[in-house]
Amino acid sequence: MSSNNVASFNEARRVAIFGGTHGNEMSGVTLVNLWMMNSREEIQRKGVETQPFITNPKAVEKCSRYVDTDLNRAFTTENLSAPHGKDLPYEVQRAQEINRLFGPKGSSEAYDVIFDLHNTTSNMGCTLILESSKDHFNLQMMNYIKKAIAPDSCPVLLNEDPGLKYATARSVAKHSVGLEVGPQPQGVLRSNIFEAMRIILKHALDFIELFNEGVEFPPCTVDVFKVSERMDYPRDANGNIIAMVHPNLQDCDWEPLTPGDPMFQTFDGKTIPYEGAGAVYPTFINEAAYYEKQQAFVTTRRETLAANAIRKV
Amino acid sequence: MERERVYLPALSRVAVCGGTHGNELSGVHVVRERLKEKQQRVDDEEDEDVVSVSNILTNPRAVQQCRRYTETDLNRCFTRATLSSAVSDRTPYEIARSQELNILLGPKGSPQAVDLVCDLHNTTANMGVCVIAYSDTDWICLHIFKYLQHHMSDVPVRYIHFDLPCREAYSLDSLGKHGFALEIGPQPHGVVRSNVYTYMKTGVELMLDWVRLFNSGTVFAGGLVEVYTMVSAIDYPRERHTHNIMAAIHPELQDQDFCLLRPNDPLFETFSGATLRYQGPEPLYAFFINECAYYEKGIALSLARRRSVEVPPVQMKSGLEHPGDPGTSEEEED
Repeated sequence: MSSNNVASFNEARRVAIFGGTHGNEMSGVTLVNLWMMNSREEIQRKGVETQPFITNPKAVEKCSRYVDTDLNRAFTTENLSAPHGKDLPYEVQRAQEINRLFGPKGSSEAYDVIFDLHNTTSNMGCTLILESSKDHFNLQMMNYIKKAIAPDSCPVLLNEDPGLKYATARSVAKHSVGLEVGPQPQGVLRSNIFEAMRIILKHALDFIELFNEGVEFPPCTVDVFKVSERMDYPRDANGNIIAMVHPNLQDCDWEPLTPGDPMFQTFDGKTIPYEGAGAVYPTFINEAAYYEKQQAFVTTRRETLAANAIRKV
Repeated sequence: MERERVYLPALSRVAVCGGTHGNELSGVHVVRERLKEKQQRVDDEEDEDVVSVSNILTNPRAVQQCRRYTETDLNRCFTRATLSSAVSDRTPYEIARSQELNILLGPKGSPQAVDLVCDLHNTTANMGVCVIAYSDTDWICLHIFKYLQHHMSDVPVRYIHFDLPCREAYSLDSLGKHGFALEIGPQPHGVVRSNVYTYMKTGVELMLDWVRLFNSGTVFAGGLVEVYTMVSAIDYPRERHTHNIMAAIHPELQDQDFCLLRPNDPLFETFSGATLRYQGPEPLYAFFINECAYYEKGIALSLARRRSVEVPPVQMKSGLEHPGDPGTSEEEED
């Protein structure tokens, strides 16, 4: 950190755009394939090497989330340092390869920025996912994107609690940005969702270009939703769910849920209310891929983060 | 002037089937819940009924894995050819399963087959509630549809007719003497939406209410119903070498199932923003718009003609021989 409370960063010269980290999340698969096979003009910016990349080609081929194990949970220290071998699950092999190409994670050779493109069946709109509240470069980028798409909104989800965060593909880079756009069913390409993701990415790349040109971004604040707790479905002794997200909660991502509000509805019609200590802001409500991860939704709390001014070194 | 009353035999045995596609979750949970409720009635010794209802998870392996199918689409395995093909230990799971189900619910086309099969499905398309059947003269299916439409007033209910003769019918519902699929959307695969589950559960209960009333001798008045008869399907434009899709359903068409698609209306939007338009000769009704499972079947949307069908009044009459064709009335036996 330099004087005058301005945070200095190196120019972001190497940027990657990941698609197909989950092979059935079609916006990212389609965008990255488009850029890899056709013109990259749209993602080119002066002084930036932008690399589109399909992270899980076998899962994309099968149009499934993963082949052996979830790639977006596979970038643990243990996996990345495991001895190489064909016996490793496919996604662990991929994680090691991606770490070699775009990392190594935590080193000075790692890519500057990785955008990882995801879809969700939840009604989350265009969500940006932040993994650290102290990444002033990312905070300034997200502030820039939010202002650029106003009055449309772009919630920022902060997931930095060590007990709740996970070892993502994008975590290999110095600055990791998750783009999560929904609602879209797995395996389906919706034109409006595709275009929304494209626009967010365009603004993100514009920000990087401006930063690299020497623009100083003044201090700002960013409203975020900080992940607080995972809520599972009620289940029976065999692990089968015995209730569904209540119709009053379904599709209400980012809206307040207060104690006493309906939360689940059993298959025979009874309401199960939310019984937390105070109001929370739920998200990832009814995401298809999270049934097997024991998650019906996550609760978040609103916070305002302060970002220092930033400029390039 | 109303048509003459048609007399049909009672529907003594009904099968409610879910999980034919293992990731279409409304049917999975409706069947599981019904099995639980049935067990409760048995425990409470309250199991008398004018109809015998079986609740079946038809593709348990796919349900367990939450996938549409494990090796091949079960709901295409009920043609006579597949049902009579030789089985070895290399036979795909779903083909072996279709033959088991044929023993359980059929044999297809025989007097031993169950009277009615109701197969529960979900779609990612915005289709509301649909009754899908092979016939537009099966008065049982059409009356059940009419009853559902009348009693489910907060959701659109439509009848889709796939005009295929019996010998080409490929889906599970063709095992019964009468059968239909109850298709409800939009719902992502692998997700259970409470409103869609409730529509499915209500639809099944209303169907069984109708069957009980019918079996008890109720006369159901005739009337006109609208039927959508499938005519054709359109695939996505695809790249020649990779076969990858090159465009998405146009934003003006997305979610507009059962709109009338006129020549020159927007159909697709390419990834460079160009609009591709419908080039067909006649206006047709679009449905199954952007169904996830149909990408691999080469279908972006399906097209139907719509017309009115006059459904006659029906009443159960006991002692009838099973009619050769559904919907014909029979002489009373002496």
